[in-house]
Amino acid sequence: MIEFLTLLQVLDSSLRLATPLLLVCLAGLFSERAGIFDIGLEGKLLAAAFVSAAFAAITGSVWLGLLAGISASIMLSLLHGLASITLRGDQIISGVAINFLAAGLTVVVAQDLFGQGGRTPPLKSGGRFEPINFPGATSSKEMNEAGPLMQFYSELLSGHSLLVYVALLTVPISWFILYKTRYGLRLRAVGENPAAVDTAGISVRGLRYSAVIIGGVLCGIAGAYIATSLQANFTKDMSAGRGFIALAALIFAKWRPWYALSACLLFGFFFAVDTRFQNILLPAWLLSGFLILIALGLISYVWKKDNLDKAVLGGLALGISVIAFMVISSVWDTGTSSQIKIPVVFIQSLPYVLTVVVLAGFVGKAIPPRAGGQPYVKER
Amino acid sequence: MDIMPKWVDIIIVPFLSLFLAAFLSALLIIAIGESPIAALNLMIEGTLLRSAGWGYMLYYTTNFIFTGLAVSVAFHAALFNIGGEGQAMIGGLGVALVCLFIPWPHWTLAIVGASIGAAVFGMIWAGLPAYLQAKRGSHIVITTIMFNFIAAGVLNFFLVDVLKPKGSMDPASANFPVSTHLPTFQDIASFFGFEKAFRSAPANVSFFIAILACVAVWYLIWRSPLGYEIRALGKSGPAARYAGVRPVKIIMIAMMISGALCGMMAINTTQGESERLILNFTEGAGFIGIAVALMGRSHPLGVLLAALLFGFLYQGGAELALWTKIPRELIVVIQALVILFTGALSLMVRAPLESFFMSLRKAKE
Repeated sequence: MIEFLTLLQVLDSSLRLATPLLLVCLAGLFSERAGIFDIGLEGKLLAAAFVSAAFAAITGSVWLGLLAGISASIMLSLLHGLASITLRGDQIISGVAINFLAAGLTVVVAQDLFGQGGRTPPLKSGGRFEPINFPGATSSKEMNEAGPLMQFYSELLSGHSLLVYVALLTVPISWFILYKTRYGLRLRAVGENPAAVDTAGISVRGLRYSAVIIGGVLCGIAGAYIATSLQANFTKDMSAGRGFIALAALIFAKWRPWYALSACLLFGFFFAVDTRFQNILLPAWLLSGFLILIALGLISYVWKKDNLDKAVLGGLALGISVIAFMVISSVWDTGTSSQIKIPVVFIQSLPYVLTVVVLAGFVGKAIPPRAGGQPYVKER
Repeated sequence: MDIMPKWVDIIIVPFLSLFLAAFLSALLIIAIGESPIAALNLMIEGTLLRSAGWGYMLYYTTNFIFTGLAVSVAFHAALFNIGGEGQAMIGGLGVALVCLFIPWPHWTLAIVGASIGAAVFGMIWAGLPAYLQAKRGSHIVITTIMFNFIAAGVLNFFLVDVLKPKGSMDPASANFPVSTHLPTFQDIASFFGFEKAFRSAPANVSFFIAILACVAVWYLIWRSPLGYEIRALGKSGPAARYAGVRPVKIIMIAMMISGALCGMMAINTTQGESERLILNFTEGAGFIGIAVALMGRSHPLGVLLAALLFGFLYQGGAELALWTKIPRELIVVIQALVILFTGALSLMVRAPLESFFMSLRKAKE
């Protein structure tokens, strides 16, 4: 049985790892709710991480770093806005370009400024966001002796950097802005039917620009968090696909703020489990039974569908059954009570697989904002 | 009616975009404290003035032709295949399985087998997102991005837990048998008596397969009924449907061809170069395919030229990193700028040209 403290520590690191996802996910939420697809979240996150770490390293002030990171992220947002709102270009291509731009420029500039192979020097204490310890929280040395409630308070609630609490606060704020203010109503409307918003005499461009700028601010905070709080310097490609995972979380959350929080916490939990436990053991019967259940579910679903469905989903069911068969045959000699080691990569791939399942609409269909991805051309 | 003559659209617009990208990159090089002219000279010297430089350039070009064609075919059906990276990874798995577990007598047979293996695996990996787009309406951009990450996981699993030889620490498969090794340009050149040409460069016969793929894609898109249906669907979904094109079928076929082309990139990298399956062998080529397809206006000839350009940039970038303090990532910046100007900001490039030709036409009337 896993100890309570171990569980708390895993949840603690889930929260830490979920924070950048959450901020970026909300950034994507504002942008996509206004009808602007944003593949470039990853790039903005990376650029903000670099600029904030570089400024914090040079000036020694983490606040200047945060400000600079946010500005860098907003610059890229404006570029995305210029391409996709003003010039009515392809939003996806623009996002792809922004990702490359950030991936290339951060290393080129970091190499030129610091000459450490695309890294920034380690940040000293003033250049980092330090953990905030709540009053009365026990230090980690005495954690083992403390009672469960105290452990919960000290380990999970207390001791995070300021930006973690900021990220958690942005959820209710985003919800309030989107659902309780006039601006939020208009923002959501512009992502569904921009022509109607335009007819009402409200600027579609203005609303969409404001949405991408809000996205820029949130990505900027997230970038500063990973470079000055989660880690203490910038390293090449340190965003490590978080922008895309946040995009996955956004779909998983069906473009809603509170769902976004739970999706990001879930994905954060996967990563925390994955970093803490090297091997995850599952009883073989459970794993193979689960796989066979999925395969049977797929087969029963395609029974009355057309040939393409039968070919694709039937093939998928066949593949899953083969894996289940391999699991069973590998433990055939040792008996049904034996355990199977789940490779870590499967836990790492879980967020993406879940997102595809949700996107496919087999479990809770995700419907994106209707006008997403299309540039708005004003009628003349 | 088009405002601009066709040649402006095909030649001037891409070159103007390239010029803008080059100009901004030059500014960046100056900011680093190096000379752009010297950098360009170094790139030309290390790439075009040495046969080994050509050997590296054409090796990269081969990858970019495959991925560029793949993105182009999808573009013609108005689909954005951003999953070339994942499809290439799974294609590499196909190549490795074919090369490791089938005893090939000679490389000429092995390359056919490996191509089929790569194409089929890439096809399957592109087929699932295509199915989800065609039948379930899941946005193909998002699903292919997710499939890139899942592919990385699958490749990692196969290399670490399945294909890695016992006792090896490297996450890589065993070396392929010698009979599957492809002749490199060096081998070909020495066969004709030029022992010193293309020394130790990785370019190999799969370059010619890439050229064949260009011709095949050209025939498919512009000369075959299927290509007509693909283009019709890409230009206007409702019109194509009215004319009897079945969108589900065309989306599936276009994406599977795209996936097959991406997968075939692996015969160059995996069978031709590393001669075993390794992690990260794709090196971002799946994404560069996007830049290549945009630059080449989704035409096989354009893709070939753009792939040569990017091959030059990649080999030249390696030279720069070796001899100056300009890091390799400068090429990523150039690539980003090319994508930006040819794709997202194309209106910015085209609008002045269009107004220029508009004024010419008015002057004539």
